[in-house]
Amino acid sequence: MKALFYILILVVIATAFWQFFKILGLTKKEQVTTEKENNINGWLMLCLGVFIYGLMLTSMFRGGIVLLPKLSASLEGEHIDRLFIITMTLIFVVQFITQFLIYFFTFKYRGIKGRKATFYADSHKLEMWWTVTPTVVLSALIIYGLWTWNHVQDLSDAQNPLIIEVYAKQFQWEARYAGEDNELGIGHVRYIKGINTMGVDMTDKNAADDVPVRELHLPKGRKVIFKFRAQDVMHSAYMPHFRAQINCVPGMTTTFGFTPTVTTVEMRENEDTKEKFDAINELRKEEGKDPVEFDYILLCNKICGSSHYNMQMKVIVEEEADFNNWVKQQKTLAQVIK
Amino acid sequence: MSDHHHKETFVTKYIFSQDHKMIAKQYLITGMFMGVIGVFMSMLFRLQLAYPEQSFSIIEAFLGKGGEGGIMTPDMYMGLVTIHGTIMVFFVLTAGLSGTFSNLLIPLQIGARDMASGFLNMISYWLFFLSSLIMFLSIFVHTGMASAGWTIYPPLSALPQAMPGSGLGMTLWLVSMAIFIASSLLGSLNYIVTVLNLRTKGMKMTRLPLTIWAFLVTAIIGVVSFPVLLSAALLLIFDRSFGTSFYLSDIFIQGEVLHYKGGSPILFEHLFWFLGHPEVYIILLPALGITSEVISTNARKPIFGYRAMIGSIMAIAFLSTIVWGHHMFVTGMNPFLGSVFTFTTLLIAIPSAVKAFNYITTLWKGNLQLNPAMLFSIGMVSTFITGGLTGLILGDSALDINVHDTMFVVAHFHLVMGISALFGMFAGVYHWFPKMYGRMMSKDMGYLHFWITAISAYGVFFPMHFIGLAGLPRRYYSNSAFPIFDDLLHINKVITVFALIGGIAQLIFLANFFFSIKKGRKTVQNPWKGNTLEWTAPVEHIHGNWRGEIPEVHRWAYDYSKIDENGDLWGDQDFTPQTVPIRDGEEEF
Repeated sequence: MKALFYILILVVIATAFWQFFKILGLTKKEQVTTEKENNINGWLMLCLGVFIYGLMLTSMFRGGIVLLPKLSASLEGEHIDRLFIITMTLIFVVQFITQFLIYFFTFKYRGIKGRKATFYADSHKLEMWWTVTPTVVLSALIIYGLWTWNHVQDLSDAQNPLIIEVYAKQFQWEARYAGEDNELGIGHVRYIKGINTMGVDMTDKNAADDVPVRELHLPKGRKVIFKFRAQDVMHSAYMPHFRAQINCVPGMTTTFGFTPTVTTVEMRENEDTKEKFDAINELRKEEGKDPVEFDYILLCNKICGSSHYNMQMKVIVEEEADFNNWVKQQKTLAQVIK
Repeated sequence: MSDHHHKETFVTKYIFSQDHKMIAKQYLITGMFMGVIGVFMSMLFRLQLAYPEQSFSIIEAFLGKGGEGGIMTPDMYMGLVTIHGTIMVFFVLTAGLSGTFSNLLIPLQIGARDMASGFLNMISYWLFFLSSLIMFLSIFVHTGMASAGWTIYPPLSALPQAMPGSGLGMTLWLVSMAIFIASSLLGSLNYIVTVLNLRTKGMKMTRLPLTIWAFLVTAIIGVVSFPVLLSAALLLIFDRSFGTSFYLSDIFIQGEVLHYKGGSPILFEHLFWFLGHPEVYIILLPALGITSEVISTNARKPIFGYRAMIGSIMAIAFLSTIVWGHHMFVTGMNPFLGSVFTFTTLLIAIPSAVKAFNYITTLWKGNLQLNPAMLFSIGMVSTFITGGLTGLILGDSALDINVHDTMFVVAHFHLVMGISALFGMFAGVYHWFPKMYGRMMSKDMGYLHFWITAISAYGVFFPMHFIGLAGLPRRYYSNSAFPIFDDLLHINKVITVFALIGGIAQLIFLANFFFSIKKGRKTVQNPWKGNTLEWTAPVEHIHGNWRGEIPEVHRWAYDYSKIDENGDLWGDQDFTPQTVPIRDGEEEF
């Protein structure tokens, strides 16, 4: 019933609009635009242009603080960042020029009685220019983009990479290190039983030394190759600080790799990070929440059900020696599953 | 056609009408009804995003169990997001936009008595009505509406165990979409046949207004790609109901291993996006056609580069069918395939740039009549560029890795196809309202509507890019689970305020529309002094569109402000309708 009440209010508001304009005598005016209206709206269009510019500049300067740290936490991410900055610069240049032209022309050529519009229907020269220029610029962008893509995706030349399996399910992540032999034991949903939550085939000779964990530790400077599997529906493993993302699909294994370059401790010292987290902790203080420190995260980025918004795993990057120590302290699968 | 009239009953005139003008109005009103629901849903979930733990009585009033205590549940949130997307993409911007204006304008602008098949046209509308009705009812089913996102990726959408919305709600969604596709195909075939065969004498393809070119090409890509979505939906129905394994394999859920073997969810994504990407252009091209027409008429200037515009429309249409993979860069597809899709995707920027520059040049040195239709058209060019440019990031596979499925994507496509197409639709309604109802809409209400809508559209979607660049995924019920997103709440509040203002401003449009039907000022035959054929038809609607002979066409549609060798306007007026024969000494463009 309350819903009906709200709908009624909306109908009343709509009717009020019409009546208001009717009382002002505005609904029955001459329909062809008058010079005065062209003038007012021409100026307003100029203001809209200024508003858009203001919005762009504010977002760029004030918005910068919320963004991810400019420092990419992976070697491969640096290439992506470079391409990103080039593309973004291009976008802003084109955006600033074209929006200026649109709103300035609208303002400048607002209708005046007696002005003749120029009959200008075609110019092959002009059209050639604005076909060729984008083509050349895009070719460069495409070539650089493809080089970056292939560079990031190519895992064939990795020297002694660390192999980790990441396993996604509603609504949590699990992971398994390949252990001393650096080979993962076979995993399949039909082996899921009791505490064997990732479905590892324990008869496989590579399985016993695998190390199951609930928190990802990565060594700085060593290439990590992730193998992703999903148990129930599609998920997507997204690690924004490493510029890394790939879907986890039931029935298949997907792969992604990167080399972490910044430890968690180093990232906490980073200026961008500090600025961002100072702001965050300020806000948290206002709400009476405890302050937080920066941590890398792995989050789910493919809609997967009710708690999709809270499917996460902590990621810690540390020096290789610390990492090796940590791994040694973890129990292997054989120790966990007797 | 002779002047004798059939006796029309209420039912044949207003309900089961075969007249294209009435069918166009039916499409428009149905589309508007669905639009109200879609926009209202977005206002509700924007409230949730900005004020996650706050209780709102409006949420409880409308969402019932899903909004108990005034706070919506995650399942309800995802249901709203899903149905909002589905309704806006298919029911408002495909059927509401293309269905309305293709039906209204194709016969009137090419000089035909009606569509090639009035009967199929009627069936097409009623199938659309039926699918709208099913989609509407699916919102209220006990287990919840479909909530796997408008892209309904299996296995989430295939398994009722995975989320409550994948039960009956999903079944109804699939049935509704299957009917919708049938409707869309009947409509498209009709448009193609009509444009190709029923043009009046002298209406060469190179004299067609750009609206018609856009509708024709849209219909062609619809016919090419919609059947693929139908097959995707059918296979999903099989998987859900008959135990097949097209999309499913090796699944363990709620303590048991399911029997599905050998399927692949990626197959679904390929089939879905084979429609899904052309769908963007099915939505956008008619809007671009409408704005071309409106901008040229109101700039009192020919559209710049008519042939280049046609070429761009065709290039965009062709490319749109070979770029679907850019939605799937991070599915683990072969990197080489990713390279190919990056290449084809970024190529689309070229015809798009040509179109954008041609619009800007059309404005240059015009005599712009800034009525509401014109303002919306110019706004459309602006949002099309703003939204389109970020496509350079999303279309580039390497860059897509880090922004895929974040709010950046949401901002991008809302500007480039949502807002742009919506603006095109508004422009069309303001421009052709006199043709539809014989009356004028209130200009001042139109202005107010534009100003509030334009500012809130930018206010909503521009800052949203930055939330995405901060790493916030889309379809997150709340970002409170991650401290690193805490500082985004401020921006989310700004966005929500703009969204609410923009949403409520649409009431101005609705009031203007419905009151003007009855109370608007009576129109003259050619209120905007346009060149195209629809303005030579009488104001009152008659079956067959023209009394007596259909007018003959002698020129293209864009002879605005044409001058003779002395530099004076031809015939002392700044427009020359298509029906005026080429004069002595005049060169046809």
